[in-house]
Amino acid sequence: MFDTSSLALTAPELILSIGATALMLVAAFAGDKATRFISLAAIGLLAAAGLALAGVSGSGGSAFNGLYTADAFGAFAKVLIYVAAAVSILIAPRWFEREDRLRAEYPVLILFSAVGMGMMASATNLLSLYVGLELQSLAAYVLASFMRRDARSAEAGLKYFVLGALASGILLYGMSLLYGFSGTTDYAGIAKALGVGVSLGELFGVVFLLSGIAFKVSAVPFHMWTPDVYEGAPTPVTAFFASAPKVAAIAMLVRVSIVGMGTASHDWQQIIIFMALASIVLGAAGAIGQTNIKRFLAYSSINNIGFALVGLAAGTEAGVAAIMSYMAIYVVMTLGSFLCVLQMRDQDGVPVETISSLSGLSQTNKGLAAALAIFMFSLAGIPPLFGFWAKFLVFEAAVKAGLFPLAAIGIAASVIGAFYYLKIIKTMYFDEPGTPYARGDSIVEKALITASAAFIVLGYGLIPLLGNASAAAAKALF
Amino acid sequence: MSGFPILSVMILLPIAAAVISLFLSDTGARWIALATTLILFALGIDLWVNYEIGGQQWQFVENAPVFGRFAWALGIDGIALMLIVLSVFLMPICILASWEAIEKRVPEYMAAFLLMEAFMIGVFASQDLFLFYIFFEAGLIPMYLIIGIWGGADRIKASYKFFLYTLLGSVLMLIAMMYMVVTAGTTDIPTLMEYGFDPHVQTWLWLAFFASFAVKMPMWPVHTWLPDAHVQAPTAGSVILAGVLLKMGGYGFIRFSLPMFPEASAQLVWIIFGLSMIAIVYTSLVALVQSDMKKLIAYSSVAHMGFVTIGLFTFNRQGIEGALIVMLAHGLVSGALFLCVGVIYDRLHTREISRYGGLSNNMPHYALFFMIFTMASVGLPGTANFVGEFLALVGAYNANSWVAAVATTGIILGAAYMLWLYRRVAFGESINADAAAMPDLGVREWAMLGPIAAATLWMGVYPESFLAPMRADVGTLLARIAPATPASDAQLTLGKPTPKAKANGEAH
Repeated sequence: MFDTSSLALTAPELILSIGATALMLVAAFAGDKATRFISLAAIGLLAAAGLALAGVSGSGGSAFNGLYTADAFGAFAKVLIYVAAAVSILIAPRWFEREDRLRAEYPVLILFSAVGMGMMASATNLLSLYVGLELQSLAAYVLASFMRRDARSAEAGLKYFVLGALASGILLYGMSLLYGFSGTTDYAGIAKALGVGVSLGELFGVVFLLSGIAFKVSAVPFHMWTPDVYEGAPTPVTAFFASAPKVAAIAMLVRVSIVGMGTASHDWQQIIIFMALASIVLGAAGAIGQTNIKRFLAYSSINNIGFALVGLAAGTEAGVAAIMSYMAIYVVMTLGSFLCVLQMRDQDGVPVETISSLSGLSQTNKGLAAALAIFMFSLAGIPPLFGFWAKFLVFEAAVKAGLFPLAAIGIAASVIGAFYYLKIIKTMYFDEPGTPYARGDSIVEKALITASAAFIVLGYGLIPLLGNASAAAAKALF
Repeated sequence: MSGFPILSVMILLPIAAAVISLFLSDTGARWIALATTLILFALGIDLWVNYEIGGQQWQFVENAPVFGRFAWALGIDGIALMLIVLSVFLMPICILASWEAIEKRVPEYMAAFLLMEAFMIGVFASQDLFLFYIFFEAGLIPMYLIIGIWGGADRIKASYKFFLYTLLGSVLMLIAMMYMVVTAGTTDIPTLMEYGFDPHVQTWLWLAFFASFAVKMPMWPVHTWLPDAHVQAPTAGSVILAGVLLKMGGYGFIRFSLPMFPEASAQLVWIIFGLSMIAIVYTSLVALVQSDMKKLIAYSSVAHMGFVTIGLFTFNRQGIEGALIVMLAHGLVSGALFLCVGVIYDRLHTREISRYGGLSNNMPHYALFFMIFTMASVGLPGTANFVGEFLALVGAYNANSWVAAVATTGIILGAAYMLWLYRRVAFGESINADAAAMPDLGVREWAMLGPIAAATLWMGVYPESFLAPMRADVGTLLARIAPATPASDAQLTLGKPTPKAKANGEAH
């Protein structure tokens, strides 16, 4: 009865689930005094789960009769997810200590979310996909409104919840259509059914499914919640939202598109192309008028997801490899940017979020300005920074697949993006200094900023490594 | 041809120096920048001396496939060699020009210049398509900062315009490069230079590359970023911009467009000729009415670049060699002219021509240097520009007598605006008391202008030193594009395709 080999394949999820449950008990009995211990233990669990990926759970194959697949693709996504989750836990205490100390549930919620994200990346059945997605989302709704007494945070949580529920509904509707017309919820089975010919019902199912997922990756036209939630949520939570769940959702989208619907690729390819271009253009145009750095980064993440989708539009193995490399680089750039945002606090320690407060930062805090400038240039895709390589790979995949108009329009639109990233650099470097920020005193955050900036500047040395890993991940899907 | 990776050192040394200078005091940063650029100059000379003329086409080759998908592949031919020598020659002069003019945020300024130098050398030394692109684009970052932080009053608009214009031009080139690599299966530039792309596809690839290089060059009508950038940039920034960055466009044409897409180049030569003719006449006329010295020289740059583009696309030896010499000469002379403007700008803090006058009375040495460079810019025999422009025009005449005729008016107009500028600044009565009180050149300024004047005259009197390393490479290029050349002649029905065509009468 007990399927031990399947349990071994899901080792990372098991470690995280059991560990998170235990930590929740600790939190319930020890209270907020134990936050520090729980945070460290949570990071330890994430590390253990990451290490577990080196074994069968990173390459073992199908578990639980095809509900879950442990392969290199899932492992790649999970490593990114766990790293991002760990960083989100590390950066939280200093932010929350201003109001009162960080509550003990925070790391636990991140862990549960990580379990859900792992499921999303490994799901090969619509049901396990949905369960993973909801587990991730429910934790995320709570995290968004984690600052109970802050009206913006509560608003963000509510907005996220309502719109997220709507998206889940759309997703479920799509799933039920697909199930009704193909007779299965298994990816392989759906692929088989679609391969025979796509009926109208199946087509509707595919469209609704993609719409629901588009909400999760915040691709245009389902992006509206992103700026509001990013702005309202506590900054460490925003950093988390912008990194780990994006990787999970993209991994889920890639897997369901390639494995589940690969046989009908010409049907969904146009949808992806539209979402990619719309996200690139709208993400870029929307960011121009922003005055709040978190909203700004929200639009930047919409824009970046658009670029990542270019890789999916190609629909090839190279495209999937490109998308995974893109997400790896994107996570580092995004976490780095938010780490810099975390340093923006006035002399009383109150967080500042206006872009104008960055003015003249290069003269008041050289290191921080240089780091943020590196992330901005990198997000804009200017070589020699590593963000260029991410864009390069997805566009190369598009060119290889013969999608020349997509590549040309997409890359030309990246110039619009460059315009608003330059705005941040201009504010920091060209404008006269304003009120300086309080000096950061967190060594952990400084070390993380330095590490991510170093990764962005020196990343080219890692191309062979990253290329092999993402190629192996892509190969697992084909 | 020893195992010493001289090109890698020339790229990595300034990067290391840039990082170090960020942590130094103002004075420390100045000295380390000067020392580094002088070492690089010495290495550049070493490169020139050890370059084997008539030897292998690609020398000092290095290849380390460290990036997986593309390689750290470096190597130079004669053309790249001369442009590298030009870059490393101008760089110490730029540092000297900024010695006193830049007072705020000196370490960052010096770091930006050192990075700029590394990327410039990288552009000319790259033998890998994507490595080239990375260096080509990377140069935008330091230049953007140089204009934006240390520029004039309207610097922010200028820096944006510079950055976005150039970026928009380049991204399409990247897509074309990806297509080429996917088709040809290699990122190696020498291999791609011999690869035959389908002529129909060549047109699109050529246009994508043209978008980038035409902006960089700059050609009319996408030149409008240049006057803004030049006027707002600090003196040394203008020198590097005019001296080296504009040459990247010409280098791109000769390294990529011509050898990789010869058929398309022949077919689309009318675009180049048309735009260049407009550029020469139109921007010369615009230069004539400028009241701002830097703007005048900036427009004259666009006109001079018109000679380069015409020369490059004549498909004959005189034209191409002439274009290359114009590139080098313009690098020296326009750089020197910006320095001349910088010298008096440092004293009076205005670029308005009317605020000066009669400077030959109180600044005779300055007036002498300014005259040498004015004459060189006009193309007086004995100066570098004459050699280049003469050859380019001879080449143009071989290709199309109308183009030659229109282009030659540029020389006349050039003489008009440059001599008039000189007359208004240096001759006549000293009408402005503050201008009349300005002291003559100091030692530092002598050290800046003297070497350039010497180089200009050297190139004018004995251009063989500069032509010799490039001759074989031009020959290789000509052999490569020869099959396509008749197609270009067929379009040019106006002139006789014999070298000794009569001046007129043939044209109808």
